Amino acid sequence: MGGSFLSLLLGDTVTRLVFFPTLAAVPLLFMGKAKPIAVKLYALAVSLVEIGLMLAWTAAHWDAAGLVVKDPVLPWLEMPSLSIVYEVGIDGISLPLVLLTGLLLPVVVLGSWKGVDRHWTGFTTALLLLTTGILGALVALDLLVFYVFWEVMLIPMYLIIGIWGGERRIYAAVKFFLFTMAGSLLMLIGILWLGWTYGRLTGLWSFRYQDLLRLDLPVEQQLWLFGAFALAFAIKVPMFPFHTWLPDAHVEAPTGGSVILAGILLKLGTYGFLRFALPLFPHAADRLAPWLLGLAVIGIVYGALVAWVQPDMKKLVAYSSIAHLGFVMLGILACDLIAWQGALIQMVNHGLSTGALFLLVGMLYDRRHTKKFEDFGGIAKVVPWFAFFLVFSTLASVGLPALNGFVGEFLILVGAWRAGLHLLVAISTFGVVLAAIYLLHLLQKTIWGPLTREENRGLRDLDVREVLALLPLCVFMLWIGVAPKTFLEPSRPALEAVLADYRARLAQPAPAAPGLGASRNPAEAGRSFLVDLDAPDRGVQP
Amino acid sequence: MRPLDLLWLIPALPFAGAAVNGLLLRNRHKPLVTAIGVGAPGLSLVLALAALWDYVANLRPQPFEQFLYAWTTGSLAIDVAFRVDPLSAVMLFVVTFVGFWIHVYSVGYMGHDPGYRRFFAYMNLFMGAMLLLVLGNNLLVMFVGWEGVGLCSYLLIGYYFEEAFPPFAGKKAFVVNRIGDFAFLLGIFTLFSEYGTLHFGQLTERILADPGAAQRPFLLGLSLAGFTALCFFIGATGKSAQIPLFVWLPDAMAGPTPVSALIHAATMVTAGVYMVVRTNVLYQMAPEISTLVAVIGAATAIVAATIGLAQNDIKKVLAYSTVSQLGYMFLAAGVGAYVAAIFHLATHAFFKACLFLGSGSVIHAMGGEQDMRKMGGLKKQLPATYRTFWISTLAIAGIPPLAGFFSKDEILAGTFAHPGALYRVLWVVGLLTAGLTACYMFRAVYLTFEGKFRGSHEQAHHLHESPRVMTVPLVVLATGAVVAGWIGIPKGVWETFGAHDRNLLHHFLAPVVAEVHGAGAEHGMSHLVEWLLMAASVAIALAGIGIARSQWKRRGLEADAAFAARTPVVQRLLENKYWVDEIYDRLVVRPLAALARGCWKIVDTLIIDGGLHVGAFVTELTGDLGRFTTTGNVRQYALYFLGGVVLLFWWMVL
Repeated sequence: MGGSFLSLLLGDTVTRLVFFPTLAAVPLLFMGKAKPIAVKLYALAVSLVEIGLMLAWTAAHWDAAGLVVKDPVLPWLEMPSLSIVYEVGIDGISLPLVLLTGLLLPVVVLGSWKGVDRHWTGFTTALLLLTTGILGALVALDLLVFYVFWEVMLIPMYLIIGIWGGERRIYAAVKFFLFTMAGSLLMLIGILWLGWTYGRLTGLWSFRYQDLLRLDLPVEQQLWLFGAFALAFAIKVPMFPFHTWLPDAHVEAPTGGSVILAGILLKLGTYGFLRFALPLFPHAADRLAPWLLGLAVIGIVYGALVAWVQPDMKKLVAYSSIAHLGFVMLGILACDLIAWQGALIQMVNHGLSTGALFLLVGMLYDRRHTKKFEDFGGIAKVVPWFAFFLVFSTLASVGLPALNGFVGEFLILVGAWRAGLHLLVAISTFGVVLAAIYLLHLLQKTIWGPLTREENRGLRDLDVREVLALLPLCVFMLWIGVAPKTFLEPSRPALEAVLADYRARLAQPAPAAPGLGASRNPAEAGRSFLVDLDAPDRGVQP
Repeated sequence: MRPLDLLWLIPALPFAGAAVNGLLLRNRHKPLVTAIGVGAPGLSLVLALAALWDYVANLRPQPFEQFLYAWTTGSLAIDVAFRVDPLSAVMLFVVTFVGFWIHVYSVGYMGHDPGYRRFFAYMNLFMGAMLLLVLGNNLLVMFVGWEGVGLCSYLLIGYYFEEAFPPFAGKKAFVVNRIGDFAFLLGIFTLFSEYGTLHFGQLTERILADPGAAQRPFLLGLSLAGFTALCFFIGATGKSAQIPLFVWLPDAMAGPTPVSALIHAATMVTAGVYMVVRTNVLYQMAPEISTLVAVIGAATAIVAATIGLAQNDIKKVLAYSTVSQLGYMFLAAGVGAYVAAIFHLATHAFFKACLFLGSGSVIHAMGGEQDMRKMGGLKKQLPATYRTFWISTLAIAGIPPLAGFFSKDEILAGTFAHPGALYRVLWVVGLLTAGLTACYMFRAVYLTFEGKFRGSHEQAHHLHESPRVMTVPLVVLATGAVVAGWIGIPKGVWETFGAHDRNLLHHFLAPVVAEVHGAGAEHGMSHLVEWLLMAASVAIALAGIGIARSQWKRRGLEADAAFAARTPVVQRLLENKYWVDEIYDRLVVRPLAALARGCWKIVDTLIIDGGLHVGAFVTELTGDLGRFTTTGNVRQYALYFLGGVVLLFWWMVL
C-alpha cells in the first residue's frame, strides 16, 4: 500500500490536495526556534501553494459534466471478510467547498498575523492538520475514511480554541469537543452497522459510499441510522437546539479559528446531510424531514432574534451563522433542485461573508482588545476603509441582491416554495427581515452615530495586509452576486444525479428486510433514473 | 448601431460613476468628482433621450428587449435583460431627466460638505439601481434594482452619519422596506412556481392564456392572482410609504435635501406604483385586491394630508405631502386607472422635486434651519426660489392648466366613474384631500415666504438667493410642473372643442394595460359630467387656498395657535402623527425585543446550557462520590466483595 499511496501523494491527485498541508507541516517540527515572521511567511507560502495546487487540479482534471473525479482506489485493510479502501474523489458537490477551503486558508493566515501572538509553529501546524481533516472529509468516498477525517478535524480545532483562544477558552474548547464527539460516536456506530449489513448480504464488509448506496433498508432501520447520522451533522451545522456550543466556541476562538469554523467546519454538517444522510436513507429522511425542517426554520428565526440582542459583536455574528445555516438546511430538506443549488452556493456564501465579518471583528479586537458594542460607536469617520468593508460584508450577509447572500437565499426559498413548503418559506422569508434588523444594528452600534469613546479617536485604519485578507472574499461576494451562473453550473449535474437517485429510491417502498439494490455508482447514478426534476414536487410520499 | 443598442449604458454609466467616485478618487479631486458625478447621469440622460426617440419613432408600441447575460440557467433561468416599452419609457424619462437636474442642483447645495465625493458616489449608485428597477425585463432584475435603491436610500438617509438620528432613520427605512420586500418575494416565488418564468411579457401572456388558472383558489382564501397581487401590493406599501408601512418616509427627511427630492419624492418611492401598474394583469383579475389598493391609497392620501397640515418642519410638510400624493397614485391604480397613476407619478415627480429643491434653497439660505416658525417673508431675498416654489405649489394644488390639475383630475374622474357606492366615498375622500393639499401647501408658502421674518438676527443677515447652479434646476423643474400635464389633457376637453382626441399619454400607454376579458371596462362619462368633476376639483382647491390665505397669509403663526386653542385634541393628534410610531413601538418592536431576550436568556442560557451544566455536574458528582469507594484499602474491598455475594445470594434465593 505504501508505495502506491506515495505515488498518489506525489502525483497530480486529490490525495495530494488533501495531504499537502500535512506534509508542509513536517518542516515546522524543526522550526521551533524560528522567528514568528519566518513561520508566518512560511504558512502564507504553503497556503498559496495549496490554493495553486487546487486550481491546477481543477483545470486539469475537472469533469465538465460535474460528476465525480476519483483517485485510484487503494486497499487499506484487507481481510477475508472485510475490505476497507481508501477512496477519494471530487464532484460538483464537494468542489465548491474544497475551493472555499483553499481560498480561506491564506485569508486565515493573514487574519491571524497579529491576533495570534504566540507559538506560531504550533498554530500553523494545527491549521494545516485541520485543513487536511476538512479536505479529507469533503472528498472521502468511503464512510470509514470519512469518519477518520471527520474526527481528525476535531483535535486541531480543539487546540486552536483551547490554546490561542480568549479568557474562557478551556470551557469553550471542551464544550466544542464534547458536543461534536457525542454526535459523531453515534454516527460511527451507524457506519459500522451499515458495513456489517453490507457484509451480511454480500459476504464482504464494505464502507464504500457506492456500495452502501445500494443498501435498501427497512424504514425502521433507516430511521435509527438516519437519526445517528443526522444528530452528528445537526450538531455540527449547528441546528437548534444543538447550537449552544457555537457562540461560546466563536467568542473564545482566535479570529483565524472563527473564520475556519464558520467558513468551513460548519458546512461539513450540511454537506453530510446532502452527501450521506439523505441519499443513504431516503425513506427515513422523507419521514423525518418535517421535523428537521421545523428545526431549520426555528433556527432561522431564533438565531436572528438572539443575534439581535447580543452585547458582543462576535456573538452576534455567531448567532447569525445559526440563522444562515438554517437557510441551508431548509434548502437541503426541501429536496428540490433549485433549493439544493441554493443550499450549496449558500454554504460558500456564508463562508465568504461570515468569514469576512469575523475577520473584521478580529481587526477591531487586535486594536482595542474588546469586541463589545459598548466600546465602539461612530468610528466610521476614524476608520473609513474598515467601515467600507464592514458595510459591504454586512450587506452581503443581509442578502442584498447583486451580492452573494441573495443568490443563495433566493434559490433556496424559490425552490422550497416550489416544493410546496409555503408556510415554512413565509416564516423563513420573514427571517430575511430579521437579518436586516440585527445586521444593521451591528452597523449602527459600531460605525454610525457620534464617536462615543475618546480612545477610538486614534484608531488605525486597515493596513495593506488586512485589506489583502478581505479583498478576495469581497471580490467573490460581488462576483457570485452579479453572475451566479458561473458558480452554479458546475454543481448542477452532480446535484441532479443525487436528487434523481433520491427521488427514484423514494418512489419505491422500503423493503421489509435489508436488501441490495442496483449498482449506484455515484459517478453514473441518477443518469438512469433521470426524472423530470423540474416538475413541482409536492409531497413525495406516494 | 441604433441608439437603443446603447440601452445598457444608461444604468451602467452611473454605476461606473459611483465606483470611480467612491473607490478611486479622493476628496481633493473635487472638480473631477463633480465632472463624473454629474457627467455620468448627464450622459445617461442624453442616451436615454436618444433611445426614447429611437423607440418612439421606430418601434412603438412593440417592446424593445436587450439581453445582456444569463444570471442563472437550468430550471431557474433568469436573464439580466432590459426592456423598453411605453411604461418603462415614461419612467426612464422621468428618472433620467429629474435625476440629472437634481444632480446639478447638488453641486451647489452640497458644495461645502466634506462628504461631497461620497454623496455623489451614493447618488450615482442610486441612479444606476433605479434604472435597473425601471428597465429590467423581469421581476428579478426589478427586485435587484428595488433593493439597490433601498440600500442607497439607507446610505443617503444616514448620510450625516456622525449625528445620532440620521443613521437610525436610515435603518428604520431599510427595515420597514424589508417588511414589504418579504411579501414582494413571496409574490415572486409564487409566480415562478406557477408559471416558470419571471419575464414580464411571458408572465402576462401565460396568465392571459389561462385566466381560469389564475383565478383558482390558492392561499389565504385568495385566488392565485389575488394572492400574488396582495403580495406585490404589500411590497409596494413599503417602498411607496402607504398605510401601514408609511412611517419611515417622514424620518427619511434626515438625509440631505436633494436626496429627499430625488429618492423620497420623485423616483424611488414611486417604484411601488410602477410595480403595481407593471403587474396590472394580476390586479385586473383580482378585483378584491384592487379595491384594497384603492381604499389604502385613499386612506393614506387623506391621513397624510391631515398630518401635513400640522407640521412645522418644511421638509416634513413635503414628506407627508408625498405620502399623500402617492396615495392618490394607488387610488388610481386601485380603480383601474393605471394610466392616470403613471400620469400623476410623472407630474408629481416634477412639482415635488421642485418643491423639495426649493425648500433646500430656503434651508441653504437659512443656514440649515428647517422650522417654518423661524422663517417668513423670504420672498424678497429669495425671489427665484419663491416663484418656482409658488408655481409648483399651484401645480400640486391642482390649479389648471398646471400639471397636477390634469393628473389629479383624471384620478378623481376614474374613481367617480368606477361602479359601486364605495368608490363614490373614495371619490369624496380624494376630493377632500385635494382641498387639504391646497390648504397645507399654501400654509407652507405663506409661513415661509410671506409675513415678517421670524428667525434670528444672524440668519436674517445671512439670507441670500442660491447660486445659479441651484436656481436653474428649479426653473427647469418648475417649467415641467407647468407643462407636464399637457400630454394628458382629457379626451372630453378635446372633443368639447371639436378637436381630435390628443390625449397623447393615453394613446402611448394604452398597450401597457393588459386586456383582461371582462375587466377594466373603459368608463363612459358624458362630457358634462367630466366638466363638472373638473369644476368640483378646481373649486375645492381654490377653497383650500382661500382658507390658507385667510388664515396664514397675514396672521402667520397666530393662525396655528388659534387652531390649537380651538381644537386641542385634533391638534395633538395631528402633531403627534396619530401616534403611529409609538403604537408600532409598543405593539411590535418592544415585544419582539423581549422575545429575543427571552430566547437568549431563558432558552439558550437557562434551559439548554443550564440542562447541560446540570448533566455535567451530575456526572462529576457521581465520579467524585465513586472516588470515595476507591480507597486502596484491601480489607475494605473484601467487605464490598462480601456485601456483593450476600446481595447476589439474596437475589437468587428469593
